Amino acid sequence: MDAVAAAPGTRERTLDALRAVRPALAIVADDEGLKPFETDAFIAHRETPMLAVMPESEEQVRAVVRACRRLGVPVVTRGAGTGISGGAIPRSDGVLLVMTRMRAIVSLDPVARTATVEPGVRNLAVSEAAAPAGLFYAPDPSSQSICSIGGNVAENSGGVHCLKYGLTTHNLLAVRTVDADGDVVETGSLALDAPGYDLMALVTGSEGNLGVVTRVCVRLLPLPERTETLLAAFASVRQAAEAVGEIIGAGIVPAALEMMDRIVIEACERSMALGFPRGAEALLLAEVDGGEEEAREALAAVRAILERCGATEVRVAADAVERERLWKSRKGAFTALATILPDFYTIDGTIPRRRLPDILERVYALAAEYGLVVGNVFHAGDGNIHPCIFYDANQPGELERGEELGGRILEACVEAGGTITGEHGVGIEKLRQMCVQFRAPELAAFHDVKGAFDPGGILNPGKAVPTLKRCAEWGGMHVHGGQMPRPDIPRF
Amino acid sequence: MEETFVAELCERVRDHAARGRALRIRGGGSKEFYGAPGGEAEVLEVGRHAGIVAYEPKELVLTVRSGTALEEVEAALAAERQMLPFEPPHFEGSGTQPRALATIGGAVASGLSGPRRPYAGAVRDFVLGTRIVNGKGEDLAFGGRVIKNVAGYDVSRLMAGALGTLGVITEVSFKVLPRPAAETTLAFELDQAAAIEQANRWAGQPLPLSATAWEDGRLRVRLSGAATAVAAAKAKMGGEEIDAMQYWQDLRDQRLPFFAGDRPLWRLSVPQTTEPFLPEHGQLVEWGGGVRWIRGHPDPLAVRSTAERAGGHATLFRGGDKSIGVFHPLKPALAKIHRRLKLAFDPAGILNPGRMYDF
Ligand SMILES: Cc1cc2nc3c(=O)[nH]c(=O)nc-3n(C[C@H](O)[C@H](O)[C@H](O)COP(=O)(O)OP(=O)(O)OC[C@H]3O[C@@H](n4cnc5c(N)ncnc54)[C@H](O)[C@@H]3O)c2cc1C
Repeated sequence: MDAVAAAPGTRERTLDALRAVRPALAIVADDEGLKPFETDAFIAHRETPMLAVMPESEEQVRAVVRACRRLGVPVVTRGAGTGISGGAIPRSDGVLLVMTRMRAIVSLDPVARTATVEPGVRNLAVSEAAAPAGLFYAPDPSSQSICSIGGNVAENSGGVHCLKYGLTTHNLLAVRTVDADGDVVETGSLALDAPGYDLMALVTGSEGNLGVVTRVCVRLLPLPERTETLLAAFASVRQAAEAVGEIIGAGIVPAALEMMDRIVIEACERSMALGFPRGAEALLLAEVDGGEEEAREALAAVRAILERCGATEVRVAADAVERERLWKSRKGAFTALATILPDFYTIDGTIPRRRLPDILERVYALAAEYGLVVGNVFHAGDGNIHPCIFYDANQPGELERGEELGGRILEACVEAGGTITGEHGVGIEKLRQMCVQFRAPELAAFHDVKGAFDPGGILNPGKAVPTLKRCAEWGGMHVHGGQMPRPDIPRF
Repeated sequence: MEETFVAELCERVRDHAARGRALRIRGGGSKEFYGAPGGEAEVLEVGRHAGIVAYEPKELVLTVRSGTALEEVEAALAAERQMLPFEPPHFEGSGTQPRALATIGGAVASGLSGPRRPYAGAVRDFVLGTRIVNGKGEDLAFGGRVIKNVAGYDVSRLMAGALGTLGVITEVSFKVLPRPAAETTLAFELDQAAAIEQANRWAGQPLPLSATAWEDGRLRVRLSGAATAVAAAKAKMGGEEIDAMQYWQDLRDQRLPFFAGDRPLWRLSVPQTTEPFLPEHGQLVEWGGGVRWIRGHPDPLAVRSTAERAGGHATLFRGGDKSIGVFHPLKPALAKIHRRLKLAFDPAGILNPGRMYDF
């Protein structure tokens, strides 16, 4: 994305228009106040927004969008700012719409098993509110204690339990947005379907491009009666990856099936001292749930498969405390990784599950080629890999090298029949790889979809879908054999 | 040969677009009754574009050409003890016509899901990718063959239920699931209000529900899952255990006596906890209360407003006077986006025009 300066006078005109919004709106206009909004969790890139606003109601959101539309000023929506592809990175010529003050749980109906919430509500807050009724909201990104439901909808976020319970898109009943005209668009419904096209499917995962999410009705599920968690150590990544395929091939759908490689295991051990098996090259964390008997049976079956696949050790959590402990490694892995090098960059490719062993070998080979350390902690059951590339931002050129390596890994995922993003979104980070995954006619269709919701192109412009012109400049990059045309044009 | 089919299809669509001549897309014709009649159009047969492209049971992913018979797809999955979790209706041989084959493309385009839907998910939930030919005659691929994919807008799911008005589906990839090891049905004598309440209470507990249906004072509940889970649920729920394999198939395909005859059939999709409305006789309640089938209500406007007041919508599913609109009218902001999308995918308005709404 290029830094673009707003036309002279735009800032003042916009400020006037925003000040006229009724009920009056919280506006951030000073450099000090704007600083925290310069980036999301894609910290390698930053930009100061022209202005930021913090609406407390849908009415205010509509007024802001209308004003910006009239003035031709871009609007970037921001939730909690935990996105890791740069989707919420502001524009110097745009208004940043910060949704965190719209954080009411509007209603929770234990009988209908639904919760209606404002977009700024934290993901975990929904499950916490539902727990007394024996219910939970299934999608659980590792960032769940901070990320917002609005952001989850915009990214179609996953979590560690989506193998069994699905992504955000599978757990929504209705999403209400304000479109670029300032109109309220109600997609989905409180019933199990809605008339017309499935616009909720389009809005989910649209990265703030098709509307501002102002209200979400999510589906709640009954908490399982029993959960069993086990951890298995393997002497090779390949064996662990094969065990994943065996479990699913046996007709078991675990609630979670996560994998960590040696670099991650060691980092976790150093920072959390969890007493992991020594010398393991890979750990698999598996969880099965269901009725009392059912969970016990599944546990026995999974255990037998893990052992047959060569696990050197299998540990079963005896109780909730031990389960927490096992999960701590997985959920805290990213924090632990920061002890290796302060800077790392997380990749988010997916591949058909059977290609796991190959793709991991390729990742290690590419890492060696670039002379960078890569650790892997990921959703093995979904075939969703998250290589973490370590770099030292103080070493000139290392970030660029890391980003190039990331691009190569994603292209390898596409070649393996997968995709460039499983759950983190395209943002600004993967615009270039979009040109690898899709051909011009599909990209044009995406722009058509955008045009149907936002004909003036004011909502989060320049994110999620590259322009055809950009792809052409990047060299019409259908990459094969892993060779990316040498980028002498800046990446964003 | 299959690639030739797609290339010819693109050619034909381009030709029709240039001449502004409508096409009526036809898989096997089993759902010809569904939707608005549309206007004069030449039939575009896609039924011969058949065959399974890729099926890797351990991946839980199946890719299939749109003309493939639904029963062929289901047989291939059954051989690996897997299934399409949304239990798509076949509707083969309904009415007086000779048996029309249901195709997988039609199952996706119609967006219809069967009795398992509230507990497993809808068609759209299991679509991972689609290949379509849009109204400009372009061959486009969206989504993919992997379980998780957020690259680009989710155009694949958009095709589910679009009734072919945005593109001719030529290939679909699905997420599939293992077949449950055990299945049984329990029956309970309950009036409609009590049945709806009970179904919702059960759905809030960790029970392996896979379908519910209420008619004539009897609630049937299907349980599917691990043998132990089904046995435990049976003990907890009580009721009378019945053999209902055929019942669920007949419900899915509307072969039950309730569906017989020519009286108009309305489908009201409402929040599952909605209390009973309109006269109780002539109703069949599915989806844990989420779908109310109503036969022959004389006042379509009353049906529509009842559904709308409850937060849902009403479809004139079969028969009746279709001139009042088969599908529930869209609110203006939604209608605006629908029109723009239609114009973007099918600028000449030649793909199944009028099958859904007046575009
Ligand atoms: C440590 C860590 C762990 C993570 N783990 C996971 C994981 O396991 N799985 C996963 O999927 N992701 C994960 N993420 C990524 C991130 O948390 C998710 O993408 C999350 O959904 C972003 O929510 P947010 O509220 O922070 O959104 P933001 O970062 O503020 O915004 C993300 C995108 O959504 C748009 N947006 C935000 N709110 C709205 C709204 N109301 N209306 C319209 N558009 C909006 C923004 O414009 C932007 O494009 C992780 C991130 C971190 C930092």
